[in-house]
Amino acid sequence: MQYLTEYRERASVEKISAEIQRITTRPWALMEVCGGQTHAIAKYGLQQLLPPEIELLHGPGCPVCVTSLAIIDQAIAIAARPEVIFCSFGDMLRVPGSHSDLLSVKAAGGDVRTVYSPMDALALAQVHPDRQVVFFAIGFETTAPANAMAVFQAQRKGLGNFSLLVSQFLVPPAIETICADGDTRVQGFLAAGHVCAITGFEAYQPLAQRIRRPIVVTGFEPLDILEGVLMCVRQLEQGTCDVQNQYARAVPREGNRPAREMLQRVFEISPQHWRGVGEIAGSGLRLRPQYSAFDANQRFPRVTTGRDDSRGCISGQIMQGRSKPDDCPHFGKACRPQSPLGAPMVSSEGPCAAYYRYASRYASRYANRKPARSQYEKQELPNEH
Amino acid sequence: MNIECPLPMETLATDSEEMVRLGHGSGGELTERLLQNFVFPYIDNRWIQQGHDSATLPLDGSRLVFTTDSFVVSPLFFPGGNIGTLAVYGTVNDLAMSGARPKYLSCGLILEEGLPLKQLARIMQSMGRAAAEVGVQLVTGDTKVVEKGKGDGVYINTSGIGVLAAPQPIHPRQIAASDAIILSGDIGRHGMAVMAAREGLDFENPLHSDCAPLCDPVMALLAAAIDVHCLRDLTRGGLATALVELAESSHMQMQVHEDQIPVTECVQGACELLGLDPMYVANEGRFLLFVPANQQQAALEILQAFDVSAGSRVIGEVIGLVDDAGTADVILSNALGSERLLCRLPGEQLPRIC
Repeated sequence: MQYLTEYRERASVEKISAEIQRITTRPWALMEVCGGQTHAIAKYGLQQLLPPEIELLHGPGCPVCVTSLAIIDQAIAIAARPEVIFCSFGDMLRVPGSHSDLLSVKAAGGDVRTVYSPMDALALAQVHPDRQVVFFAIGFETTAPANAMAVFQAQRKGLGNFSLLVSQFLVPPAIETICADGDTRVQGFLAAGHVCAITGFEAYQPLAQRIRRPIVVTGFEPLDILEGVLMCVRQLEQGTCDVQNQYARAVPREGNRPAREMLQRVFEISPQHWRGVGEIAGSGLRLRPQYSAFDANQRFPRVTTGRDDSRGCISGQIMQGRSKPDDCPHFGKACRPQSPLGAPMVSSEGPCAAYYRYASRYASRYANRKPARSQYEKQELPNEH
Repeated sequence: MNIECPLPMETLATDSEEMVRLGHGSGGELTERLLQNFVFPYIDNRWIQQGHDSATLPLDGSRLVFTTDSFVVSPLFFPGGNIGTLAVYGTVNDLAMSGARPKYLSCGLILEEGLPLKQLARIMQSMGRAAAEVGVQLVTGDTKVVEKGKGDGVYINTSGIGVLAAPQPIHPRQIAASDAIILSGDIGRHGMAVMAAREGLDFENPLHSDCAPLCDPVMALLAAAIDVHCLRDLTRGGLATALVELAESSHMQMQVHEDQIPVTECVQGACELLGLDPMYVANEGRFLLFVPANQQQAALEILQAFDVSAGSRVIGEVIGLVDDAGTADVILSNALGSERLLCRLPGEQLPRIC
């Protein structure tokens, strides 16, 4: 655990926090792109450790939140078919479609299974040759190589009963889209470390120049995030807009070459619809024609989505840094994790879920309260090994 | 840029309530809503209104405590226990948390066609041993068999009768301002042991469930005349959910300190791997104790003399009653020096996706 605890040490955190305080001369708004970072910020109360001039805005990096209603409806329709074993990461099971969700399909008798990897789904396809095994391949550049590998292996093994329902997203075009909006408040980005561990960050250099904002590749532990903020603020204070790598222990400049090659072998870039945002050119992945036999969209009938109306969820506003979750009038009232009105309240990466779980009432009611330390803080922890 | 979220708000809020889901059994907020909306309205009486794991019943001059619990664990056998030990300890612990000395248990078995009888024998042997260890008698029971595919091997229901040993009620309503909050040991071991066994995860140091009976330390506290305000065993929903439930029931604000909440490295590592929060992971041998601050040291000394509660420590304190506008919050002081609120487990804890 040392690899983790050293990034959660109070003394180191306080040191970075003090340095941010020291160099900050004016207000800055930074966006952490990844939902995992949003949750770490909420869970560890990192905003409380920053000077009031620094505002953290929450970005579009929650794969569940940005997956379109149409693809969720398609997933639900496929999962309900009697011949199908539908495999998904846990988060997607609760996301509402037009009329239902995957957990409801499961409750109604559908064979919906939570898996930890697309390879688990592939293994299911091998042991159930009489069933159609479909894996819900959602996510960013982080999940794409493993999904590509599953398809590659399925083809090699000649598995005719395995397919992917693909909903893959690419991050850099989303950053560019946010910045193309003249009203955006985002002045610097903490890029998602996991994504860059796959893709590297060479592509971010021209992007930073085009959007004229600093980008710091940042990890997910409290110390990582505060260091990312420090590096970003330092650039902003100096008026530079370079790419820096805070997460060097996991992210080489060129990324993970075998993973990138596998991704490129199986997938090609395509337009992608981002929930709450709309279509962004070149921001998605689809299976290349030679792998189209493993495309669930081609194997099963397409459904048309029932509803396409906006009724108050401000997910698009939130994921572009225009609003905070508790700005939403439904937050914590009509919209809660057990009765979500929008995907950001469902996902373990979603900003609204993060606020609800870690910060909601606290954020508004205790914003200026000094964290209390009690008489018990000096108690020694025994050795628990 | 057009910013809209195409979500069907009105239909979702109602549609999502139509069927029982796994999350309704998580012990968190969905369970609470299920009980409040679909169970309690139809069985309203003053005992159920006590809102406790057990009911205290006046009967022939003595005060009997009655409770029931059902056990549906998969896999049936896991490091540190099995469904049989759980079924005894779980019900015995519910009685202990009311300050009752357990006396008699019933045992309802629902067996799935195809269950190897050897497994049943092992489970029953464990139940017998566990009952003898605690000093309770298994005095009545029932057996049903369901078709293959309609059960997970064995489901067990146990009901328990105990005799109240506490001179005062032990109940969330007794929690008072400035009470010390004591936790009886490290958290998350049972949930992670079961999850690791279920998912076939191999760790260098195997995870063992904390499954254990809690009556001895509780009876020792009462025998020493510790003014026990409230007890709560940590089961589904984990420490966080138990604290939030108690804060809501008592209308109290509470503060707990993350760096005083023990989590073994093994549990922490498994939670990191699966993206779970140990604060929400199930336990079967841990409990919370609320006592006046001036008795915390005496209580700790008693608890630490028992193996099952040797790791007891003060993890926080009750701040005071909430004001009219406020909600009953549990504030967690992070190890980093910041704070956040705890909430109930919203549904099932699901592994993260990336």
